[in-house]
Amino acid sequence: MRQPASLRLDAPERRLLPDGRAEGPMPWVLAIMLFLLILAAAGGLAMTRAAAGLGEGIADRVTVQIVEADPAARERGTARALQLLAADPATRRAARVPDAEVAALVEAGLGEGALAAEVALPAMIDVDLAGGAAAVDELRARLRAAVPAARVDANGRWLAPVADLVRLLRLLAAGLMVLMLAASAAVVALAARAALNGHRGTIETLHLLGATDRQIVRLFQRRIALDAVFGGAVALAAAAAVLLLLGARLAELQSSLVSLAALRPSSWALLAALPAAGVLLATLVARATLLRALRRGP
Amino acid sequence: MAGDVVELENVGLRYSDAGAETLRDVRLRLTRGGFYFLTGPSGAGKTSLLKLLYLQQRPTRGLLRLFGEDVAALGRDRLPAFRRRIGVVFQDFRLIRHLSAFDNVALPLRVSGTSERDLREPVREMLAWVGLSKRQDAKPATLSGGEQQRVAIARAVIGRPELLVADEPTGNVDPGMAERLLHLFDALNQLGTTVVIATHDVHLFGRAGRARLLRLEHGTIADPTGEFAHPPRAAALAAAG
Repeated sequence: MRQPASLRLDAPERRLLPDGRAEGPMPWVLAIMLFLLILAAAGGLAMTRAAAGLGEGIADRVTVQIVEADPAARERGTARALQLLAADPATRRAARVPDAEVAALVEAGLGEGALAAEVALPAMIDVDLAGGAAAVDELRARLRAAVPAARVDANGRWLAPVADLVRLLRLLAAGLMVLMLAASAAVVALAARAALNGHRGTIETLHLLGATDRQIVRLFQRRIALDAVFGGAVALAAAAAVLLLLGARLAELQSSLVSLAALRPSSWALLAALPAAGVLLATLVARATLLRALRRGP
Repeated sequence: MAGDVVELENVGLRYSDAGAETLRDVRLRLTRGGFYFLTGPSGAGKTSLLKLLYLQQRPTRGLLRLFGEDVAALGRDRLPAFRRRIGVVFQDFRLIRHLSAFDNVALPLRVSGTSERDLREPVREMLAWVGLSKRQDAKPATLSGGEQQRVAIARAVIGRPELLVADEPTGNVDPGMAERLLHLFDALNQLGTTVVIATHDVHLFGRAGRARLLRLEHGTIADPTGEFAHPPRAAALAAAG
């Protein structure tokens, strides 16, 4: 069966409009919009990963300090605390931080060699807990009863502002994406109307020869879709280059938070799909704009 | 009437709310297979009347029937089907400047979904008929006024329309070509097409023997005998006489 004329757009029909893509800056404006959209999406995805990483890896982590000046008492308290932790079903992992590492952590803040040999540093135990805030409170009570020198610090408490910031950044990225999409749609609508105005005579002639609105819309829609493909390709190439460069620079920081935010292959796949979504959006917006504009005509 | 291709009843047309009526109280019936010349002084409303016939304008009042159907309030989605039954030679040709002569002539066939294979030969034949075989790849800007007019005529008749409406179709061609084009209209008319030609060219009138003359004056059809408002009655009177 032959395809209906309204759905076909073969080479001769395409020639009804001048060759090439639409005039004007639309492809480049779209490229910029899609570039920013991809960057915003990458930021959002990175923040989502970081937020998940914070929740899974750090928020359930507890540091137990045995703050005791007498080294022998400190060792006894540490051993007792480790015993208690090992027996606690809420404990997933408990490991003493080597004293040298503790000293290095302190020196990192005070400067190398600033730590006098006679300064008593607390013993530290890293603990991964299951059970959330309630388990932390329970552990704190039991440890304090058995080892009065024990201090329990839930890392989540310190990380809460960071987690809030990450959430905020994620919302910001989502908001920016929505704004970019809205701006892209507006650019396409303006370009579609400009295209109609620029070819008003041709359109009127086609109408008078019996062309349907849909046939005419398809001519312009195709051109706008081609422009969007061009803009999307430019945007993807530029965004990929920027993100790879940024990723390499961030990796040099060797920060655990930054490493949490690194993009995974699935994130890259999502980002690569954004220009395609942009093309689809541009095509649909162009179609709706053109049909509405044509229906207002004679 | 079943035999009427066009029926206008008390039709008025004004282009703006404040302006005077360009056409007023037009009563007209064009029978299927008829051949009509539309004449009248400049500004009488000939082009406006043609615009109603090829559905560029709708009447502001009155009844307009085409092919037996009231089109005055026809939905936009139904207009293309009607327009494909009408061939139009526009006064300003309205050729699409990016397309070659061939593609301009092929346009109505492409719009109606004719395949490339099926349209190639008829378009070439039509271009040969109007003497433009060697100019089929030329763009309108490189064609003379007369050549453009012939392309416009070829485009209007290529789809064998049921109604052909032509606005000064021989205004830019020499007398020999005018006669040739008139033969083309005549041949189409003999195949059943109703032909309406607006023209000032008095020489054309005598060359189409079956043609009838419609005269438009001050926006209305001058029809003292009611010949065009009631063609069957006129025909009966003629038979009785």
